[in-house]
Amino acid sequence: MFQTRHSVRLAGVATLAAAAMLLAGCAASGGSSSGDSGSKNYAITFLPKNLGNAYFDTSDAGGKKAIAEFKGTYAEVGPATAAPDAQVSYINTLTQKQVGAIVLSADDQKAPCSAINQAQKAGVKVVTFDSDTAVGCRDLFINQATADGIAKVEVDMISEQIGDSGEIAILSAAANATNQNAWIDIMKKELAADHPNIKLDDVVYGNDDDQTSFDKTAALLQTYPNLKGIISPTTVGIAAAARYISTSAYKGKVAVTGLGTPNQMKAYVKDGTVKEFALWNPGDLGYLAAYAAKALIDGTITGKEGDSFKAGTLGTFKVGADGTVLLGDPFKYNASNIDQFNF
Amino acid sequence: MTTTTPPTTGSAANAASGARNYPGYGRPFWQRLLLRREAAIIGLLVVVIVVASATVPHFAAPITYNFLLLDMAPVLLISLPMTLIIITGEIDLSVASAMGLSSSVIGLLTQAHWPFPAAAGVALVVGAVGGAVNGLLVTRVGLPSLAVTIGTLALYRGVAQGLLGTTAVTSFPAFWTDLATSTIPGTLIPSVTIVIAVLAIVFGVLLHFTPFGRGIYAIGLSPDAAVFSGVKIQRTKFILFVLAGLVSALAGIFYTLRFGSARGDNATGLELSVVAAVLLGGVSIFGGRGALPGVLAGALVIGVLASALRLAGITSDVINVITGTLLVLSVILTSFLAWLQRTRLSAGRKRRVTNGPASS
Amino acid sequence: MNSLKRLTRARETGILLAFLLVVIATTVKNPSFVFSQDGFRDLLVTPMLVLLIAVGEAMVIITRNVDLSVGSVIGLTAYTAGTLFKYTDIPWLLVALIAIAGGAALGAVNGLLISIAKVPSLVITLGTLYAFRGINVLWTGSNRINSTDIPNDFQMIGTAQLLYIPVITIIAAVVLIAAAWYLRNTRGGREFYAIGSDPDAANLYGLKVGRRVLLAFIVSGALAGLAGVLYVARYGTVDSQAGSGFELQAVGAAVIGGVAIFGGIGSVWGAAIGAMLLLTINRALPVLGIQDFWQQAVVGALIIAAIVLDRILALRQARRLTVMEDSQA
Repeated sequence: MFQTRHSVRLAGVATLAAAAMLLAGCAASGGSSSGDSGSKNYAITFLPKNLGNAYFDTSDAGGKKAIAEFKGTYAEVGPATAAPDAQVSYINTLTQKQVGAIVLSADDQKAPCSAINQAQKAGVKVVTFDSDTAVGCRDLFINQATADGIAKVEVDMISEQIGDSGEIAILSAAANATNQNAWIDIMKKELAADHPNIKLDDVVYGNDDDQTSFDKTAALLQTYPNLKGIISPTTVGIAAAARYISTSAYKGKVAVTGLGTPNQMKAYVKDGTVKEFALWNPGDLGYLAAYAAKALIDGTITGKEGDSFKAGTLGTFKVGADGTVLLGDPFKYNASNIDQFNF
Repeated sequence: MTTTTPPTTGSAANAASGARNYPGYGRPFWQRLLLRREAAIIGLLVVVIVVASATVPHFAAPITYNFLLLDMAPVLLISLPMTLIIITGEIDLSVASAMGLSSSVIGLLTQAHWPFPAAAGVALVVGAVGGAVNGLLVTRVGLPSLAVTIGTLALYRGVAQGLLGTTAVTSFPAFWTDLATSTIPGTLIPSVTIVIAVLAIVFGVLLHFTPFGRGIYAIGLSPDAAVFSGVKIQRTKFILFVLAGLVSALAGIFYTLRFGSARGDNATGLELSVVAAVLLGGVSIFGGRGALPGVLAGALVIGVLASALRLAGITSDVINVITGTLLVLSVILTSFLAWLQRTRLSAGRKRRVTNGPASS
Repeated sequence: MNSLKRLTRARETGILLAFLLVVIATTVKNPSFVFSQDGFRDLLVTPMLVLLIAVGEAMVIITRNVDLSVGSVIGLTAYTAGTLFKYTDIPWLLVALIAIAGGAALGAVNGLLISIAKVPSLVITLGTLYAFRGINVLWTGSNRINSTDIPNDFQMIGTAQLLYIPVITIIAAVVLIAAAWYLRNTRGGREFYAIGSDPDAANLYGLKVGRRVLLAFIVSGALAGLAGVLYVARYGTVDSQAGSGFELQAVGAAVIGGVAIFGGIGSVWGAAIGAMLLLTINRALPVLGIQDFWQQAVVGALIIAAIVLDRILALRQARRLTVMEDSQA
């Protein structure tokens, strides 16, 4: 009897030991993140909407390049899926680790705000890029392009490709996506004002999920047999829509345009499914965001309107209204230039 | 899935249901206490905290526990009624969807300029009604709760998303959002801990110290025997589902306020964390066995591990592997312990027989 | 009872009618839903991945178990197949076999834990749902397989047709018919039902309960592996979240198709039609003018309606039987 009780305890001890070792092992591999180059804390961590997204891989690589230039410590953490609350615990954790700055693409306008406030109180600078939070709650927002500029370039492209008349639809990201909704609103106004012959049939949501976007494209084409074009203002959506159309009878008949990355779209531009699409350079965006974080850490800027800072090879940038820094105009990719890009 | 009731290991379940398992009482009280599943999981919690504090930089700071409790509050809250439901041998998978529904309702009413307390009140009612629908389908119509709540999991989430559509409502009064993230004055413990503690005591007393609670164990161990001993099975289960809906709505209100954002997709997938916490805490999925302290410790183990791993710089959701493995290990360990006890029992009986019948 | 009467009484017939109703209503509103090349193809192709795992899920549920890990198995096998395509030149047929075998192995992990350790399947597969997905996330990180990494001839399977029938549909149909035949006509298949109706009695009767349950989980895992391969062919892109959430669709399809969650009742036909109905409704709602956001609510209502209907039919049957007994007495 004694022996059996002994082994019960052994089993318990073994489980505990296993759990402890697991933790210790992870801790050892974690390492310290508070880089000390000079007296400034240039530990800058990128927190994208989710990991496993080619767009953020490119933008964060741009950030890494910039941080290497000024000898800071780069890190990237993030949730596996872009749930509204998913980033909060990561922001909390980074606050505890006392990083110099967090560069964030927000999953929700409001949800991360109280965590960001706590981070700022602890001296951590917070820069948003790609997708902003509410204006008051971060130090700076690096805007890839103005909403007006993006909406206009997309409307211009589709009207050019379908001859300025006919039915179109929009395949967006998540129904709550801050960016996309703002752009879609402006696109609707732009269409109503300048393109009376183009009719917007529907806006559907692919949730930035490849499979959902693919299925939604199929549904759109069936629901609206007279469809002449699809605008997808998200990199996941445009690739999925192009892939569906490239193997269907709609190829060459239904135009696809929007925002995409050259590597994902190369095949479809070459096979004629897609004529032209637009995007800013995400690498430049991450690069600029990292330099903005550095300027905040240095104290050379505070994020108020009129501040200016130097961003490595990109030149000098000025802080605009509402603590926003603008990267520039979107760039159009087509068969003539797409081979020059690799991201 | 419910017919094979596993042998129970001298836990509170037996104590409450008439203590058939005498061998469990053959040892001194302190030994019985130490060998229980709850003790093992609480021990695991202590070890994990000690190891994390010693090896993970920044973990030992008090602010860790503030974040941790805020993160785990919804799981801790919902695990209370979930424990009672699972002890009766049922399950409720719709809790996270009920949270989303509650969040949507508050958002919608706030948008319509309702005062916040009134909106929260309506959300609680909606939660209770949702729970009652589950309860009615299970008790009146006689459907298996697994199937019913998979259905309402989709239904409530769909209604939540349908109600708010593309909008995320963020215009909540600062007083309430501040309250959700506030701390008990003078400490770093979040105020919501008080709510959790009060509800834990209420549910603990209900489960462990009232006839209603003994009825819950009786239903899980043997529904027929429960009927004969006068337990109102249908009424008990119905009340538990309503409570689960109510507490889920409360968790939904807290979640909405903490993040200041009401969305239809809030808290998607949280039901799995709740069920994992409850099972990890030593509650048997077959019903009839388990206790609340173990469940609370189970939820905290998940939370502590998640927070320690994030601090250790693990970039993505490794915590899933650990939660899953712990869950599997914990049930296998239960089976293993039960098997050990059986072999020990039969060995003991044999010895007694050879010693001569007079001694028994 | 003659076969026509049996056919009209069958639970599967009701679901099939509901499915046809959805298709007809949608087609009336918009003829291209069926009568266009792409419409017809999507009608047949879209539900196939869920159909495959629903067949496996039905076999598991019939033995009074449940497999919640199928979505995570799809994720792991799809990424395995994608990685093999990206970094090796193994012929695609071999890649497919490796992925299916991998799925079967993951299913065997579930089955062994359940039948040897005698632990409830709900708990084990909930655990492996987390664990398999976590391993996937660890392995994949922020990588993804893009459609340019996949050989073209394999990707063609995702859209290719044979005599107007998509290849994916033919594969799924073969699997479905084989599973249905096994469950209906073989001794082993009937034992699935015996075990699900009363595990203790099956055990006393001398049936090898553990072995059958293990087999059910291996089949479920292998079919999830097959679905993983087809996922790569159809969607071309695989990240760490591929297949997440499929487990609820599979269980939902089986339940809608009349497979009783407590085992012993139902058929893989029902589960398959359930999958067709579930996914076709998803595509039909926008055509019928119902906003995207309500889709999930409709699916939930459908599941509830199906199980309530089953219950009512069962009660009526029981009453009719007692009446017959009374009149004979």
